[in-house]
Amino acid sequence: MADTLFDKIWNNHTISDLGDGNDLIYIDRIFLHERTGSVALKSLEEKGISVRNSKQVFATIDHIVDTLPGRGDETMMPSGSQFIESFRESVSREKINFFDLNTSRQGIVHVVSPEQGIALPGITYICPDSHTCSLGALGALAWGVGSSECEHALATNTLIKKKPKSMLISINGIPKDGVTAKDIILHLISKHGANGANGYAIEFQGETIDRMSIESRLTLCNMAVEFGAMTGIISPDKKTIDYVSGKAFAPKKEDQKLAEEYWESLKSDDGAYFSEVIEIDASKLNTYVTWGTSPQHAIEIKEKIPAIDQANSSKENESIEKALDYMGLRENNAIKGTKIDAAFIGSCTNSRLSDLRVAASILKGKKIAPGIKAICVPGSSKVKKEAESEGIDKIFKSAGFEWRESGCSMCFFAGGESFGEDERVISTTNRNFENRQGKKTRTHLASPATVAASAIKGEITAFHPKEKQT
Amino acid sequence: MNPVKIISGIAAPFTRINVDTDAIIPSREIKAVSKKGLAEGLFSEWRYTSMNDRTPNDEFILNREPFNRSVILLTGDNFGCGSSREHAVWALQEWGIQAVIGTTFGSIFYGNCIRNGLLPIKIPSDNLQRLIDFIEKDPESNQILIDLETLSINFGSSEIIFEFDKKYQASLLEGLDEIQQTLKLNDEISSFEEKHLVQYPWL
Repeated sequence: MADTLFDKIWNNHTISDLGDGNDLIYIDRIFLHERTGSVALKSLEEKGISVRNSKQVFATIDHIVDTLPGRGDETMMPSGSQFIESFRESVSREKINFFDLNTSRQGIVHVVSPEQGIALPGITYICPDSHTCSLGALGALAWGVGSSECEHALATNTLIKKKPKSMLISINGIPKDGVTAKDIILHLISKHGANGANGYAIEFQGETIDRMSIESRLTLCNMAVEFGAMTGIISPDKKTIDYVSGKAFAPKKEDQKLAEEYWESLKSDDGAYFSEVIEIDASKLNTYVTWGTSPQHAIEIKEKIPAIDQANSSKENESIEKALDYMGLRENNAIKGTKIDAAFIGSCTNSRLSDLRVAASILKGKKIAPGIKAICVPGSSKVKKEAESEGIDKIFKSAGFEWRESGCSMCFFAGGESFGEDERVISTTNRNFENRQGKKTRTHLASPATVAASAIKGEITAFHPKEKQT
Repeated sequence: MNPVKIISGIAAPFTRINVDTDAIIPSREIKAVSKKGLAEGLFSEWRYTSMNDRTPNDEFILNREPFNRSVILLTGDNFGCGSSREHAVWALQEWGIQAVIGTTFGSIFYGNCIRNGLLPIKIPSDNLQRLIDFIEKDPESNQILIDLETLSINFGSSEIIFEFDKKYQASLLEGLDEIQQTLKLNDEISSFEEKHLVQYPWL
């Protein structure tokens, strides 16, 4: 029988068919952070259940911790230290692999995981965090769960799950200069809706994916959840193997050959069945930015903000109207040229070294527009250190950006630091929900190139590669 | 988990689309490593006109009579999308919501509902509209009754039958603890694991 990549990994991890449409799935690795991991570990402890195999569990601190230089356990978020301390106590009791604050491996879970070789091709991998789907970029079957499911996985190394439907997204064509994975995923969500893949696991395939770097694939898969999918996955190729090899928790030399043989088998068979297929010609796409309060509210930067009465349903029209009101924008107006108050480069979507390099190449020798608050938060302590060794921090700082310690930071407002009321932020993050980055803060999602170019101009603008040469 | 069988009472139509878990319970309302103390923060950005003194926003449906006594929430497409925070479910339950009825739900949110006994029911939009029309005629008297055993929503003299995973139906009806159930399969898990780790020794 012709199987999809997803089927193959699923089947390799099925302990048993429970006979009611659900399978008992073995979970290879689990990653936790202090926000949701703390409550899962504490709840298990209260039930008197221990972690079944702590060697397979990893943990770091990213969600609540401050990102200002000199940070410690005390946070600007009220009661934040309670989460950090409770988490630290739990992971130490359970002897979980822990990347604590101010150690070299700390960072945003989904950035740390690939760079330390924790997420690997062909494994099942969960984290109580919705953006766990990012790790599908390496060919892992990785998805986000709630705290209770996480407790189940910690206690039993398994989850009970019904196999989702399959969706193939075939992306071909060479994108124009300046069009990135972020633009492609925003295009996809804007065209098919924020629940366009509800009930599906996606496989991304095609020439564009083959040519894409691992870090860009991570950006693409990161936002599969914003499309409603359980996860997004990409077949591992030579790039993946090269990327993974030698990482701290990747196979050791003696197992490398065996691992590679397995990884090379992880492809959808010819004729494998997908319940849904979407094709995208990436050569036709331009840079995208969101105008509203859902990732589906995205348009090409050269396009106009949609009219309120143009959607398919009255509910959607109402949603457009509410979004425009929240965002302080008018229907049919250009999005390009909209004045911004702040720029943010960071988050599990776009804070890896390649993202910072792109932004730095645009910011080099330039200044951000007067009055703009601009912040760069590297995704991990490792990314930060590597960027600093390349002088990227100096470029950001001399352009007028703050250069921070790694963490989730202002991707969301946890009660401490935030952007201000009615402030308009162009951001490399993944969610432009109401009040996400601060009370009444207006978020526009975009790629690192778009954010850097917009910060310089003080308004929403696309990056045009020729500007780089001038 | 307490068993769930019959849920009946006032239902609030709150059918805005793409309501995310950040809106259900904003991150800053999650103040402790706990599953409790979350009701006050439920929908806080919409429920209050002033966050500082928690002045209720009279326009928000759950602040209005009789919806301030709702036990069922009728929701718009993709309710519970976004962040995986299970606090969204804990907050809804603590406030008093026992069931959510909508067309589609964020998939992590849906799983979180099941595991906490907050009954998530998916029905097509035309049936959802029938429920809304029924409630809007007289929200106080026109209450809804959900029977998980017969998978039916009863309203007035009408009935809507909904689909539901058999396993989840059984666990909710009996109030089974999934972890305790799976721990009984430990021998099977261990024997799978042994072979699995021979096959993939790097794990």
